[in-house]
Amino acid sequence: MAGARVRLAVLGVLALALAALPFLADKFYVQLATKILILAIFAMSLDLLVGYTGLVSLGHAAFFGFAGYLLALVSPQYEAANLWTSLAIALAGSAVLALVIGALVLRTSGIYFIMVTLAFGEMLFHLFHDTSIAGGSDGIYVYVRPVGTIFGWQPFDFEDFTHFYLVVLVAALGVYALLRMVLASPFGRVIVGIRVNEHRMRSLGYHTFRYKLVCFVLAGTLAGLAGYLAAVQFGVVNPDMLGFHVSASALMMLILGGMGTLVGPAIGAAVMMTLELLFQKITDHWLLPMGVFIVLVALLLPRGLVGLVTGARAKDDSRG
Amino acid sequence: MAEAAARETVLRTEALSRRFGGLAAVDNVALECRMGEVHAVIGPNGAGKTTLINLLSGDLPPSAGRVFLRDREITGLRSDAISRLGVGRSYQKTNVFLPFTAFENARVAAQSRLPSSMRFFRSARTYRQVNEAAERALVQAGLEGREGIPVSALSHGEQRQVEIAMTLATGPSTLLLDEPLAGMGAEESARIVELLQKLVAGHAILLVEHDMDAVFAVADVLTVMVNGAVLASGPPEAIRSNPEVQEAYLGTEEAH
Ligand SMILES: Nc1ncnc2c1ncn2[C@@H]1O[C@H](COP(=O)(O)OP(=O)(O)O)[C@@H](O)[C@H]1O
Ligand SMILES: [Mg+2]
Repeated sequence: MAGARVRLAVLGVLALALAALPFLADKFYVQLATKILILAIFAMSLDLLVGYTGLVSLGHAAFFGFAGYLLALVSPQYEAANLWTSLAIALAGSAVLALVIGALVLRTSGIYFIMVTLAFGEMLFHLFHDTSIAGGSDGIYVYVRPVGTIFGWQPFDFEDFTHFYLVVLVAALGVYALLRMVLASPFGRVIVGIRVNEHRMRSLGYHTFRYKLVCFVLAGTLAGLAGYLAAVQFGVVNPDMLGFHVSASALMMLILGGMGTLVGPAIGAAVMMTLELLFQKITDHWLLPMGVFIVLVALLLPRGLVGLVTGARAKDDSRG
Repeated sequence: MAEAAARETVLRTEALSRRFGGLAAVDNVALECRMGEVHAVIGPNGAGKTTLINLLSGDLPPSAGRVFLRDREITGLRSDAISRLGVGRSYQKTNVFLPFTAFENARVAAQSRLPSSMRFFRSARTYRQVNEAAERALVQAGLEGREGIPVSALSHGEQRQVEIAMTLATGPSTLLLDEPLAGMGAEESARIVELLQKLVAGHAILLVEHDMDAVFAVADVLTVMVNGAVLASGPPEAIRSNPEVQEAYLGTEEAH
């Protein structure tokens, strides 16, 4: 339990430091940090599937992009959408999409699972890319950011980058806390058991498909939250957002940071965004050094960057 | 075993068969397990004992025949459904959660008896009855003091004990044990034999085992399988003196 207390203390300090950022850094860095936190939510949601449940999905961006599209589609063209209703629609939409896709793809496993998640992601990409339901390949704009009021009081203004950053920070910490809670619960123990030995879980009486499906829906919904926030930040949604490239880079964040740790993928998001920026400054072919870096980490640090801190200790499996 | 006739039949098969391609791994087997009895199944390697357990536990669907649990037909049910009906099994080839501690292995097993594990808010560690069932099973299997150790760091024999503890932690009324003593030291074996003698009162036990001393110490009924089929079945002493059985199987090992 000492581990949990240390974790809480570290997290508290980190949260305070992050909350202070807008008062110390200029707009560029605050917006970069916002983007990183959004991707951290996305990566943590994928970690629930890949790192904890052992379901390697290559189509996770489908939920990220779909939620973004839902915001764009429900937003009136030159007015602000209602934050609460548009967020509820985006989350419910990605949850339903995850339920439908999950019910199909979870009938497969291993390499087939990877392939069918990839196929569904690409199907969705082409649905938005090749048809005119939402602006085709150009995508669709969110001209005005949504507004959330509570009984007429507007606690924050998304047009203000500091406000938006703080809201995203709270969302990221909330998602982290939510996942920690779920992972410690009986449900969380079941999904980790499924990753380690699904056969034995079945023979112990667990209907593993149901648990995987609920997990898939939870992960899809949280990816939807990230996608919604990304659409708010960038004010535009396009088919790339739900394509293979976004799914794959989330997976790389997991590998970089260390999967099955929650914190690792968040760190992976930060490192990847920072390096992307650095390498882009140096060369047009920035993907090359990026690829080399990822290969090096994968080879030298099989537990990812968090493995440097936690050392030989296993990813948070089941010290029980 | 005078009252054997009065004992309730818990698990029963009718003409149960399983083929792998052209091979009849289990061939037309009829057998019964009664409450309060140990029904031991012996036979040479490849006789089909493990396959038989797989058919009873739902790990494999049968090619033909039927399985009944009390009055209910369970033929073809999935293993999780059969487990929930109170049939617990252990594996010949240790089938545990290596990265988990011994306690967590038993705890996950015991947790399966919650009405549902779709519980997201409370920490799994705070379910007292689950913890107690897990601890009880670990003690029964002789693992007290070893609870906090990851199973991957336990000895092979201890991993075999974890295998048993997990099966017990689900609180089954019918036990299907596939060579529980294989790989255990003499002391642990004796302990498990003692445990079986204690457990039998409230359980129906199907025991596949190669250790003949253990088999004769606990078996109320003995079935000999060869090439997937039942060669002989009956009270252990009758089987021991059956010339056909001696020739096919016991003869060489029971030289003493
Ligand atoms: N999954 C399988 N696929 C093909 N053949 C199998 C399979 N499982 C078992 N067998 C075969 O069925 C026969 C019975 O095996 P098994 O039930 O493991 O025997 P036992 O447990 O008595 O040693 C063996 O010939 C074995 O090779
Ligand atoms: Mg066998």
